[in-house]
Amino acid sequence: MSTFLQQLINGISLGAIYALIALGYTMVYGILRLINFAHGDVYMVGAFMGYYLAGGIGIRGAQMLMGNPDANVFGRVLAHGLLGGGVLQPSLITALVVMLLAMAICAVLGVVIERLAYRPVRKYSRLTALITAIGVSLLLENGGQVVFGADPKFFPELFTKRNINLFGGASINTADIVVLVIAFGLMIVLQLIVFRTKTGKAMRAVSFNLNSAKLMGINTDRIIAFTFALGSALAAAAGVLVAIRIPRVDPLMGILVGLKAFVAAVLGGIGNIPGAVLGGLLIGITETMVVGYLSPTYKDAVAFAILILILLFRPSGLLGSTVQEKV
Amino acid sequence: MKRILLSLVVIASLLTAFACQSGGGGDKVKIGVFMSMTGDTANFGISSTNGIKMATDEANAAGGINGKQIELDVQDDRSDPSEAATIVTKFVTQDAVHAILGEVASSRSIAAAPIAQNAKIPMLTPSSTNPEVTRKGDYIFRSCFIDPVQGAAIAQFAAKSLGKKRAGIMVDRKNDYSTGLEKFISATFTKLGGEMVITQSYQAGDQDFNAQLTSIKGSNPDVIFVPGYYGDVALIAKQARDKGITVPFVGGDGWDAKQLYEIGGKALNGSFFSNHYSPYDTDPQVQKFVNDYKARYNSIPDALAATAYDAARIMFDAIKRANSLDGKAIRDALAATKDFPGVTGKVTFNENRDAVKPIVMIEIKDGGIYAVRERVQVEGAAMPVLAEAPKAPASPEASPAK
Repeated sequence: MSTFLQQLINGISLGAIYALIALGYTMVYGILRLINFAHGDVYMVGAFMGYYLAGGIGIRGAQMLMGNPDANVFGRVLAHGLLGGGVLQPSLITALVVMLLAMAICAVLGVVIERLAYRPVRKYSRLTALITAIGVSLLLENGGQVVFGADPKFFPELFTKRNINLFGGASINTADIVVLVIAFGLMIVLQLIVFRTKTGKAMRAVSFNLNSAKLMGINTDRIIAFTFALGSALAAAAGVLVAIRIPRVDPLMGILVGLKAFVAAVLGGIGNIPGAVLGGLLIGITETMVVGYLSPTYKDAVAFAILILILLFRPSGLLGSTVQEKV
Repeated sequence: MKRILLSLVVIASLLTAFACQSGGGGDKVKIGVFMSMTGDTANFGISSTNGIKMATDEANAAGGINGKQIELDVQDDRSDPSEAATIVTKFVTQDAVHAILGEVASSRSIAAAPIAQNAKIPMLTPSSTNPEVTRKGDYIFRSCFIDPVQGAAIAQFAAKSLGKKRAGIMVDRKNDYSTGLEKFISATFTKLGGEMVITQSYQAGDQDFNAQLTSIKGSNPDVIFVPGYYGDVALIAKQARDKGITVPFVGGDGWDAKQLYEIGGKALNGSFFSNHYSPYDTDPQVQKFVNDYKARYNSIPDALAATAYDAARIMFDAIKRANSLDGKAIRDALAATKDFPGVTGKVTFNENRDAVKPIVMIEIKDGGIYAVRERVQVEGAAMPVLAEAPKAPASPEASPAK
C-alpha cells in the first residue's frame, strides 16, 4: 500500500511537469491551430538557463570558473551565475529566483521564435507552419548541442532536499513538494490570467476567431506573441523543476518529454486548459505505474498507446467537447 | 662492371642484414606489443603501453631475462581490429617476436588471437575481459579478471563481508556488460544463502528512476547492486537517497571514473565497487608502482596501466622460467604461472588460461575518497560455471577492462 501511495506521488509529480508543458502546446494550438513542435525544446533551453543561472556549484560551472578551455563563451558569461557569484545561497528563494529568471529568458525566446519563424508563414497553410515548427525544433536541438555541448550536465542542488514521512510508511521528498506547489501554483496563475484579465479575454477572443477579434480592435499579433511568451515561460518552469528532481540536463532532453506532453494535451482535448492539466497528470501517473508494476521497457510506449486509443475512441479528447472556451 | 659490383654490394649487405636479424634473436628477447595509440580508445593504449615500457626498462636495468635484454616492438593498431590482425601477422611472419602483449579492447584481441595461435607464439592480453578471447587457443592468456568472476566477487563481498541477506538489483537491460554481471551476481548471491528480493531495470539514457526505486524501497532490501556505468549509477544513487533509501550500493568496474563522485556526491558515501586495483591501495608494492609511475609519467596510473605493467612482468617471468625463446616452452611456463606477485594481486592461470586473482573492492568515502576495503578472492563454491554461458557476459567491444 505504501509503495502504491509512493508511486502515486511519483506519478503526480511527473504528471505536473508534463501538464506544465502541455499547457504551452494547448494554448498555442487554441489560438493558432498550430502544433508548436519546438515547445519541448524550449523546455530544454529553460532547464539549461536554470543550470547556467545556478552556476558556480554545478560541475560544469565550476570547471568554467576555473578557466576550462573547452567552455564556450556563452556558458562562461552565464556560469558566474547567481550561486557561483555568491549572490545567493542554496535555498528555496534561490530556486524561485533561478526559475523566474529562466522563465523570463524563455518567454523572450518564445516571442523571438514566433516573430522570426511562425509569423512570416502565418498567412500560408497550416502545414507550412507545422513544418516550420519541426525545423525550429531541430534548430534548437542541434544548436543546443553546439552552444551547451552535447554531454549531459548535472544540476546543482538549489535547496537542501529532505524526506518527510507520511502516513502508511510512504514518504515525500521536499523536491516533490516544491514541484507540486510551484506547478499547481503556476496553473492557478495561468487560469487567473486567462479568465480574469483583459489580455486573457483578448486571448480567448482570438482563439474563437482571429479575424473577428482583429475587427474588434484587438492587436492580434501582440496577443499571439503574449501567448507564446506565457507558454514558453511555463515550459521553462517545467525544465527547472525537472532539473531539480532528476538532476541532469542535456540538449536532447526535450524531445521525448515534449512528445509526451503533446500526447497529454491531445488526451485532455487540445486547446483546452484544464484538459492539458488532466492529460498531463494521467500520462504521468500511468507511466509511473507501468514502470513500477509492469516493466520499464514499456515506459515510453505507454504515452503513445494512449494517443492511439484516444484518437480512435475520443478524438476530441477527454474534456475537448464539453468545454467551449478555448485559449 | 661497376653496376655488377654495386649490385653485389647491395645483395651482400642485404644478406648481412638478414643474417643479423635472424641472429639477433639470440641475444635479445623480442616482445611485440599492439595497442591503440590513436583512434577512439587511444587513452587505453597509451596507458597500457606506459605500463609495459616501465616494466621493460625495470627488467632491462636489472640485467634483462637470463642475461638477454628485452626489445619492445610497439605498434599502433589505430583502435581498429583489422589493423590489429595485420600487425600481429607482421609480428609472427617478419619480425619473429618471441611473445606478444595486447590488446585492451576484446574485439581487437579476438581479431589477433587466432594469428598468434596458428604461429604458436604466446599472446597475453592485460585487460580484455570478454571470455571469448582465451577460447581462441592454448597460446592465448589473459592476466585480468573476466566479468563472471567479477560478478561472483561482487556478490560474495556483499554476502560474506558485508553480511547482507536481501538484495535488490538495478540492471541496464540493453547493455551486455550490465546484464552479464547481473546474471553472475544473482547466481552467486543466491548460492551463498542470500535472497534476490527485487530486480528492476532501466535503459541507458533513462534519467528518472523514481518509479523503479520506489518499487525497490517497497521490497526493503539491505543492499542494492547496480552493475552499470558511472553516469547512470550516480543518478540512481542521488534519486535513491532523495527517496529515503539508505542501504549501500555495490557495483563493478563500470563505476571507475572520477566523474562518479562529481555527479553523485554524498549519495555514494558508503557504497562499494570492484576494480582491478586502486592507486590508493596502501600495499607497499602498489605504492612503489604508483610512485615510480608518477615519477616517470607525471600522472597517477589507471587500472589499465597497472594491468599492463603486470602482464609484461608475468610474461618476462615466464620467459625466464622457460629459459628458452621457443614458443612452446614459453607457453608452458606461462601456463604454470602460480601466485605471481603483481600490483593488481597474486596471479595464477586456470585451465582456461584466465587469471585467477583477487578483485579489489573499493569503498567510497566522504569527499570522494576511494579506499580499498578488501581484496576478494572468489571461493570455489562461489565460482561461476563458465562453460554454460560462453557469450552471455560478452562486454561491449570498446570498453576498457569491462
